[in-house]
Amino acid sequence: MSLKLKALLKSPWVFHLSTGSCNNCDIEILDCLTPRFDIERFGMLLIGSIKHADVLLVTGSCNRMSVERLKVLYEQVPKPCLVVAIGTCAGSRGIFKDSYNCPVPLDKIIPVDVYIPGCPPKPEAMIAGVVKLIEKVGGA
Amino acid sequence: MGKTIIPIGPYHPLQEEPEFFTLTVEGETVVDIDVRIGYNHRGIEKLSEMKTFENSTFVVERICGICSTSHPYAYTRAVEDIFPMEVSMRSKYIRTIIAEGERIHSHLLWLGLAGHFLGYNTVYMWAWKLREEILDVMEILSGNRNNYAMFKPGGVRRDINAEDIPICIKKIDSILPTLNMLKKAVLDDPVLHARLKGVGVLSYQDAIDFSALGPTSRASGVARDVRKDSPYGAYQEMEWDMIVTKNGDVFDKAVVRILEMFETAKIMKYCLNNLPDGEIDAKIKDIPPGEGIGHIEAPRGETFHYVKSDGTNRPMRHKVRAPTFMNFPTYKATVKGQTISDATIILAAIDPCYCCTERIAVKDVKGRMLYDGQDLIRLSREKTEKMKQRMGVR
Amino acid sequence: MIREEILLDFTSRFHADILDLEDKSNTRVYVEITPESLVRIGTYLFRNIGARFNIATATDLPPKIEILYHFLVEDINLLISLRVFLDGEKPEIESLAKEIEAFNWIEREMSELLGITFIGHPDPRRLLLADNWPEGVCPLRQDYEEWDETVDRTRGV
Repeated sequence: MSLKLKALLKSPWVFHLSTGSCNNCDIEILDCLTPRFDIERFGMLLIGSIKHADVLLVTGSCNRMSVERLKVLYEQVPKPCLVVAIGTCAGSRGIFKDSYNCPVPLDKIIPVDVYIPGCPPKPEAMIAGVVKLIEKVGGA
Repeated sequence: MGKTIIPIGPYHPLQEEPEFFTLTVEGETVVDIDVRIGYNHRGIEKLSEMKTFENSTFVVERICGICSTSHPYAYTRAVEDIFPMEVSMRSKYIRTIIAEGERIHSHLLWLGLAGHFLGYNTVYMWAWKLREEILDVMEILSGNRNNYAMFKPGGVRRDINAEDIPICIKKIDSILPTLNMLKKAVLDDPVLHARLKGVGVLSYQDAIDFSALGPTSRASGVARDVRKDSPYGAYQEMEWDMIVTKNGDVFDKAVVRILEMFETAKIMKYCLNNLPDGEIDAKIKDIPPGEGIGHIEAPRGETFHYVKSDGTNRPMRHKVRAPTFMNFPTYKATVKGQTISDATIILAAIDPCYCCTERIAVKDVKGRMLYDGQDLIRLSREKTEKMKQRMGVR
Repeated sequence: MIREEILLDFTSRFHADILDLEDKSNTRVYVEITPESLVRIGTYLFRNIGARFNIATATDLPPKIEILYHFLVEDINLLISLRVFLDGEKPEIESLAKEIEAFNWIEREMSELLGITFIGHPDPRRLLLADNWPEGVCPLRQDYEEWDETVDRTRGV
């Protein structure tokens, strides 16, 4: 494992990106930060600048306008970076599969490491997903 | 002085929806604002026409995660308006309970994020901690924290168990003292008074002209609440007050939302205590041809659904109008003439989206970066700090 | 003013422009009017009667396009819906947005989703669809077909 990746796993800083979601997943991500779940205990920090991000949390069904922004933002993340698809929309577009404005699923646009299904996934599920990701990458 | 264009957005971790604002500033003062939406457009109206009447409820539930009750509520009322028909009293009460639970958690969410932007992170954490209790109540009643899936045309999908009611009432009662503390902390704070009063004023006439809705209009003195104007659900069954204030500034919008939470808790408790017996589902089979309109008061204002049926099992046309669609354009009236450090909280006060603040970048005309999103939050917080020092607080 | 007075006043004032009036229920009235009279009647409802503009809904009913303008008279809980029919080939109507700010966004939305031209709209830019969406393709028209070759509909629930 590269040194960069190893360092990243100690305290992954997450950046959250909504690509046309119903903001339910987004609110649940924020919930992870607040007193009941408080993931900052584990060194995970939600940050405002993509340039500081280690993990990209993507929600939503990738509509035509945000796809372009998504590609630009993905180019700006320092590599290596990990991508987590949160919610059914980001996983497979779910109910929005046939929408005229959601042309391609997320994993056809950028590589995805972990899918966390649910509509919305509970904060517990998100924490479990990220922990699994760390185990998987760290064990490799 | 030269004009400066500020692009805001479209991405930010705290926002509800991605939008793209363009602020034109002269020095510190905002002289013009424009918005480009569409980052969230998913073609729900078209999708709904591909689903059956029953399934469309789930599609509209996914329009907005926070209004995940308002949209199905308005939609089911629109379908029932095609007949027209009334649902049973018990399902009206259950619908009211769920809708009010959503209102209280939505207002808490807003309060927390507003505190975050002003540099009052304690308010943020307190409000969101209280919100968890309400989400627990909703989880007990419906089985999920958000996206409750309780609604269907003709009634509700799930009944409320009698043994859950005392637990829910206890939970609601348990947050009221803390909510009261929070109310005093916000409303009696001299710094917040200085920081928010007279900022981002939406005048009475502008509220009428823009057809502003919900707390945005009620803060400007327009007594407009679908729960009172076009009574539905169980709202006529009990006494409750519509909160209306006069000034239309950011402070009044906060006051309206905070005081409304107490009314909401009152309504919820009344409904839980007086839940009538009866059927919860009218078991609608066929929807006749025709058209129906359903509108209800969501946390942010009136949600409006229009459904046209041609006698098949699918809606022929389904139009959705969320409250923010009408409240959004009021930016044009409120942001102009204010300073950049106030722009974030004014944009936030309407509760549409937490406004992309960290993705805001201030560029001058040649495209050189002056401020980015972090800086704008910092500007907002620094202003609060300066006021604190000037007023001798702490 | 009570419901009957408002309706009587309204119908007597605009009787030449009203084609049909459907009194559906206590709280819903659908009024079909001529497209030319829309601005006059809409402004009258908004300014003089003090009705709140809810929203407008456009539906493609080939060969015509129907637009409903919903107004709520809050004091008496009456929803008045003005119905106009436009020609489906070349739908055009006078814009209300130049008179009243509240109509601005919905007219922009209707013009891109259904291809209706609002004459005299102050700000006729695109609102919802992406910048690379082709001109003249209206997703809410009945004859809408997938135009993008690259779409992937294989996955999903």
